[in-house]
Amino acid sequence: MNGQALDIAHLLAGSMVLVSFLLLYQDRMFGLLNVFALQAVILSASVAWQAYIQQAPHLYVPAAIALVLKGLIIPLALHRIVIRLGIHRTIETVVGIGPTMLFGMGLVALSMVVMLKAAAAADPLAREDLAFALSVVLLGLLMMVTRRNAVSQIVGFMSLENGLILAATGAKGMPLVVEISVAVSVLVAFIVIGVFLFRIRERFDSVDLQALDEFRGERR
Amino acid sequence: MDLILDLMAQGLQMGLVLLLAPLLLGYTRKVKARLLRRRGSPLLQPYRDLLRLMRKEVVLAENASWLFRSSPYLIFSATWVAAALVPTFATGLYFSWTADLIAITALIGSSRFFLALVGMDVGTSFGGIGSSREMLFASLAEPAMIMIAFTLALLAGTTQLSVIAQFMLTNGSLRVSLALALAALVIVAIAENARIPVDNPATHLELTMVHEAMILEYSGRHLAVLEFAAALKLLLYLSLIACIFVPWGLAPAGAGLTGYAIGVASYLGKLAIGGFLLVMLETSIAKMRVFRVPDFLGIALMLGLLGMLLLFVSRSF
Repeated sequence: MNGQALDIAHLLAGSMVLVSFLLLYQDRMFGLLNVFALQAVILSASVAWQAYIQQAPHLYVPAAIALVLKGLIIPLALHRIVIRLGIHRTIETVVGIGPTMLFGMGLVALSMVVMLKAAAAADPLAREDLAFALSVVLLGLLMMVTRRNAVSQIVGFMSLENGLILAATGAKGMPLVVEISVAVSVLVAFIVIGVFLFRIRERFDSVDLQALDEFRGERR
Repeated sequence: MDLILDLMAQGLQMGLVLLLAPLLLGYTRKVKARLLRRRGSPLLQPYRDLLRLMRKEVVLAENASWLFRSSPYLIFSATWVAAALVPTFATGLYFSWTADLIAITALIGSSRFFLALVGMDVGTSFGGIGSSREMLFASLAEPAMIMIAFTLALLAGTTQLSVIAQFMLTNGSLRVSLALALAALVIVAIAENARIPVDNPATHLELTMVHEAMILEYSGRHLAVLEFAAALKLLLYLSLIACIFVPWGLAPAGAGLTGYAIGVASYLGKLAIGGFLLVMLETSIAKMRVFRVPDFLGIALMLGLLGMLLLFVSRSF
């Protein structure tokens, strides 16, 4: 029973990494938002499963927050923003999808190596879950670096935060306050970024962040 | 006596795949038509098509070489052997020691090689486009397949399919690397069988087609044999996924008649479910541009690579 339970936790963490790769691969706005919602749902399932096997009922709260806030509200809001901004077209990536995926693979390998070295004393399964969480964080960062569109950068930021929550719930004894404060800060960040998107668009007629660079005189 | 029984079981498997392949094709077409709220052609239509093509005369281009005439049979036999090697209803059949994942990949690869050659044989532009695209896809799909084979081999300690199936049955557990391998295998299967996101199996004379472009010059019994080989390939990939990832119901070595009967029944059930899922996928997404396909297949390659990497870092993945 215990082995099976850990296996399922492991598989859920692994599918988070898989969905992060899907995020890197998606180059359409609505597809991106749907995949992001899928990642939030998997995160919520993973957190709920951790709550069940650690017998820590307070962990159901972050699971519910992830499901409602990030699985429903934020994707729907982003959906509306995308429609209002009129950017249904494909996303331009700075480098192509192939090199990005290769780079992502390298990041996953890096996080494996780092975690296996850094947490050598920990339980192997917890260690590998931490490694998965770290790869989700790094893949979110990679997504923010490779995309030029502001909305997809937001999605990258949110998926980075998904990785943080995954890491926090995988470790035993993380206080609830930390998780809730992270969730709330993400909500605040989302609102601020949402306001900024429209400000950027007002000023530059585009949400392509290349325009910011050109405005500062950093034209390439 | 035992030898005769063993040979009969093996023969049953060879006959079974041959018999089921057109039925599977008819089934997927029927389900697809029903999902699109059409009536669809009857389940047995592929058999009738094959018979009709068999009876028709062969029209050959003037400059067709001997390769053009002999290749359909080569392609068909290589695909048939590969499909008959995959454990469908029982593991541990008489020839199961030859059922090696790498051997099956090689058989499919050689049939693809001949198909690409004959696509260019007559010298039409369509055939050339088809062949070049097929090779472009194959250059990514084949390494992905090999990566999947390596992942499974690292887990089970062998590339032999019936041993892998037994391993999955006895001490299979939920593993991340297996999930990655499954995703990669599904992508490779879709691409290899020219199903919808990669190629449309129901189209003719479009600039985007791949498989149909290569066999455009064929007619009569040659076309029948090639279509049969394509149907066999679809069956092969479905039974490969079924035998590795859902091995329940497979009759173990030395099972009696009841074991075989259960095996056949569960195999038919798995094919029905697998075909249905394939059609669900096909009706829910649109075909992608040809130049997006390498990205799509690159994902399969990377997933296979990732699964293998995880296994190298730690065996518990």
